Parts: sequence; structure tokens; C-alpha cells
Amino acid sequence: MDSMTIIAVASIVTAGLTIAIGVVGPSLGEGRAVATALTSLAQQPDASATITRTLFVGLAMIESTAIYCFVVSMILIFANPFWNHAIAQVAGK
Amino acid sequence: MRLSPDEMIFWQYGFLKLNATILFTWGLMLVLVVGSMLVTRRLSKGLERSRWQNLLEVVVTTIEKQIEEVGLRQPRKYLGFLGTLFLFVALSALCTVFPGFEPPTGSLSTTAALALCVLVAVPLFGIEGQGLGGYLKSYMEPTIIMLPFNLISEVSRTLALAVRLFGNMMSGAMIIGILLSITPFVFPIVMTVLGLLTGMVQAYIFFVLAAVYIAAATQIRQPKSEPLNPPPKPAKETPWTA
Repeated sequence: MDSMTIIAVASIVTAGLTIAIGVVGPSLGEGRAVATALTSLAQQPDASATITRTLFVGLAMIESTAIYCFVVSMILIFANPFWNHAIAQVAGK
Repeated sequence: MRLSPDEMIFWQYGFLKLNATILFTWGLMLVLVVGSMLVTRRLSKGLERSRWQNLLEVVVTTIEKQIEEVGLRQPRKYLGFLGTLFLFVALSALCTVFPGFEPPTGSLSTTAALALCVLVAVPLFGIEGQGLGGYLKSYMEPTIIMLPFNLISEVSRTLALAVRLFGNMMSGAMIIGILLSITPFVFPIVMTVLGLLTGMVQAYIFFVLAAVYIAAATQIRQPKSEPLNPPPKPAKETPWTA
């Protein structure tokens, strides 16, 4: 295997692993957050506006960790800096 | 596949590039500015209003109410900055219904610029709210040991603001692009609708987070020596009325 193959394999496998492992934590957290919000909505329907707003903000903040993983995997696949470096070296030879 | 509309270049002269992000940003700015100028040219104070004035009034009062609910006492003071952030991000998400339009917030340059605006605006509002010394003192709030961590959090939350908005808008465009090549018939429309919802939620999130940061920077702390008056407890005999 030359270096370009190694870089390609490592990038693709790592992109898959990144999104697969990185999604587990945020999804568990979002599930807990929504469950708790529903419980408190059932107990206090009057405070629904505040609970919903806080829930949305919280969900977005939890979700952003999954989004970071997504961005990293997209960079690994479509805008890989090591890949560009390897291509430049091969072209330079 | 393009990662961002930055790579769609229309005109280039040496270092200067005119890409899709800049063009669509200018277009949105034009729509927002010219639209509101046209609407506010003939404002009526009476009971009879044009429908566009009604629309703008609904938008402005809603944003004002949201700012107030976050905890800022005088929403008028922050309406210009926060409202502009919200309207720009929301309009750029809404305009994705037009074919050929790429949201400028799907480029990391735009979101980084917006987040930098927040990074600069928070200390300015904070200094205005509690004075230079009071604001600087808030960095070593529990103890002086926390000073570097407070500084790090200032930077990291700016990065988080930028990457969150970029990731959400970019993923919406990218999922539609992938689905168009797999199931080009109905599913892209469903994902576009979902993308509209996500875009509006992200605009709201960006706006609320900026408001929360400003509220945290401007609040004047109560002196600790002040005796705490606990609020009067409700009478125990009162039955719960659900």
C-alpha cells in the first residue's frame, strides 16, 4: 500500500467511526432531555412556553456536539488536508 | 460535491474573488434593507395599517418580547443587533425554497463573521452595562484561578456558535444533494421541509444564545452582604388547583 491508499482508507474508516460513535452520546442526551421536558410539561402545562424555549435551546446545544462530529467527517471525506498534501506531492514528483 | 458556496466563483481579479456566498449575502441584505425601507416609508399611526406594516410590527414586537424573556430589561437597546442577526439567519434559511439559492450561512466564513460580531458585541454591551472595572472583574468571578478558563470559554463559545450554524445549514444542503442522487422523486422535498424547520430553529438558537451571552455580561450583581428576603410562602391551607 502506498501512502495515498493508506490516507484514503484511514480517512474513510475514521469518518464512519467519527459519525457512528459521535452520534451515540448526543442521541442519549437528547432522549433524556425530551423525556424530562415532557414530564414537566405534563406536570405544569402553564409553563409550556418557557419549557419549550429552554428545551429547544438545550437540544440545539446538545445536538451541536453531533454536528461537530458530522463536520469533522465531512472534512475528512470532501476536504481532507492530508489527501490534498499527498496529491500535491505525487504531482510534484 | 461542494462543501460550501464559497467554491462557486463568479468573478476573480487576482486576490479578489466574488463567490456565491458574497453574492447571496448582498442579495439578502438588499432584500432586507430595501424591503424595510419601502415598508417604513409610509407608516400610519392610526388604526388602519397596510399589511406590510402589520408584518413588520409583528416581527419586531415578537423579537422584542423574546429578548425581554431571555432576561434583558431594555430590549430596545439590543433590538438592532440581535434582531439583525435573527432576521439575516432566518431569511437565509427561508430563501432555500427558491431553486438555485444556496444559504450564505452554509459557509464557514459567514457564520464565523456573525460569531465574531457576537464576540465583539458582548464585551461592548457588558462594559456599557456594568462599567469597565465591573466587566473585567466578572472574568475572575468565583476566584482568580478561573480567569484562564473564563477566557477560554469566551473563545470556545464563539467557535461553537460558528460551527453549529455552519454544520446545520451545510448538512441540510448536503443531505438534499445526496438524496437527489439516490431517491430523486419525493424524499428531497421532505428533507427540504425539514431543512426549513431546522434553519428557523437554528436562527432562533443563534439569536437566543447571543442574547443570553449579552444578558450574562450586562447583569449587575447584587452585593452579597444584602440580607436575603425569602419570598412569602403560599398559605398551606390553599388547595392545589390544577
